[in-house]
Amino acid sequence: MAHFSTNEFKAGLKIMLDGEPCNILENEYVKPGKGQAFSRVKLRKLISNKVLEKTFRSGDSVEGADVMDTELSYLYTDGEFWHFMNNETFEQIAADEKALGDNIKWLVENDTCTITLWNGTPIVVIPPNFVELAITETDPGLKGDTAGTGGKPATLVTGAVVRVPLFVQKGEIIRVDTRSGEYASRAQK
Amino acid sequence: MNISNEWQPSGSVESLVKRAKILSDIRLYFATEKVLEVETPTISPSTVTDVHLEAMRTIHTNPLSVKKTHLFLQTSPEYYMKRMLCAGFPSIYQITKCYRDDEVGRYHNPEFTMLEWYRLSFAMNELIDEVDTILRLVLNTPVCDKATYRELFFKYLGLDVKSDTDLKIVSICENFGYENIVPLGFKDTLSTFDRDMLLQLLFCEKIETQIGRERPIAVTKFPASQASLAKIDPADPWLSLRFEFYYQGIELANGFEELNNVDEQKTRFILDNKQRKEGGLEVKPQDMKFLNALDVGLPMCSGVALGIDRLLMLALGKKHISEVLSFDFAAL
Repeated sequence: MAHFSTNEFKAGLKIMLDGEPCNILENEYVKPGKGQAFSRVKLRKLISNKVLEKTFRSGDSVEGADVMDTELSYLYTDGEFWHFMNNETFEQIAADEKALGDNIKWLVENDTCTITLWNGTPIVVIPPNFVELAITETDPGLKGDTAGTGGKPATLVTGAVVRVPLFVQKGEIIRVDTRSGEYASRAQK
Repeated sequence: MNISNEWQPSGSVESLVKRAKILSDIRLYFATEKVLEVETPTISPSTVTDVHLEAMRTIHTNPLSVKKTHLFLQTSPEYYMKRMLCAGFPSIYQITKCYRDDEVGRYHNPEFTMLEWYRLSFAMNELIDEVDTILRLVLNTPVCDKATYRELFFKYLGLDVKSDTDLKIVSICENFGYENIVPLGFKDTLSTFDRDMLLQLLFCEKIETQIGRERPIAVTKFPASQASLAKIDPADPWLSLRFEFYYQGIELANGFEELNNVDEQKTRFILDNKQRKEGGLEVKPQDMKFLNALDVGLPMCSGVALGIDRLLMLALGKKHISEVLSFDFAAL
């Protein structure tokens, strides 16, 4: 893999740090008038999702990370792996539980997910911003209630729990914002 | 037609009105103090040897000669101004453009404005007081703090920069996660160059961020190995009479009680070039006219360079140097 010097560091560049691929968020040039220049870099570790700061001596190089994002559609899980397909090449790829993390609860068959591959292996799976899921369990609500009064918890088919307005009932399909984990609306029939 | 906004100045009218006001206040101050305003060339056939400074270059064509001359743009007006002092000029100041290659950032524009002045017969402390007077005038700051370089390292990092070992400096760096900056293959000793480089790192990241918050601070007596063009402290040869001003995370001014010993000046040029060579950098020719002037004699004096753009950032609370320039580097 290519090496990148600090003068090539910019937001979006993927580099290796402590054995983990990282995405550079910011690179600030720091230099005392009579001294060595440094790059103060803010980056996100792609596997642990931690944001950290690292200072480099200007002109130093680090190894690039072979990381790419790809759009794949979710097929099924065998309990150990979650299988995705490239709809153009029909190649399949399997992601493990670590790559999915909390996003397991937003996986809907045939939905297109963004999968980050590091050396060809999935390390992060990001579901679409909105998914539609059926409610399997929720208390019957009061009639005449409207959205915005606090709502009630509802368990979805994937096991996710979201707060929904009181008028939404068991068996209905709702639209959820996966970034916030919040109810957006009833699904359009 | 798609009209882009890229032609517009990077600084606002408000910023540039303030710039004009500050420049006029500074000129008024020096007029009152009877310090002479001068202008010196911004180009020269030679440049500084500083290991951490790179000059931009240009080429001059002479209509009366087939030879083309390679010239450097000044990184500061120091050598020309000292040549004037050696020739008998009184205390002088100038407000001039300086140019530094390979420096772009929040506090760095490749072309910037410097206020540089020299005070005959001033000792370091007298010039520190005058810098403070100007800051109070322009920024309305309270009287500045003063601390030595050594005191600050001791206070913030528990490190005695004079007597502690290289191993201790390295272990502090490693504890802060700077193991990637420690020279490869370090065992127990660092070159003076690398020791200073790590001290500069710790100063930038762990001290500069904590000092000069409420009021400006003058940091004095940098180690002799970072003396630049300052005299060595007669009371302690390990120290130099170099000072820097910091305020709210910004390095604002660098000054010296000026070195006026030509032999020592030559030695420092040679040491700089030795370090440049070791670091794989281009070796720079010595400025012979500057050395010849020093040989005749630089009167006892102190001098300082203050970044006008950074001063303006502080006066206006701006976060990026582009906001106080008419056109920053990105707007060219």
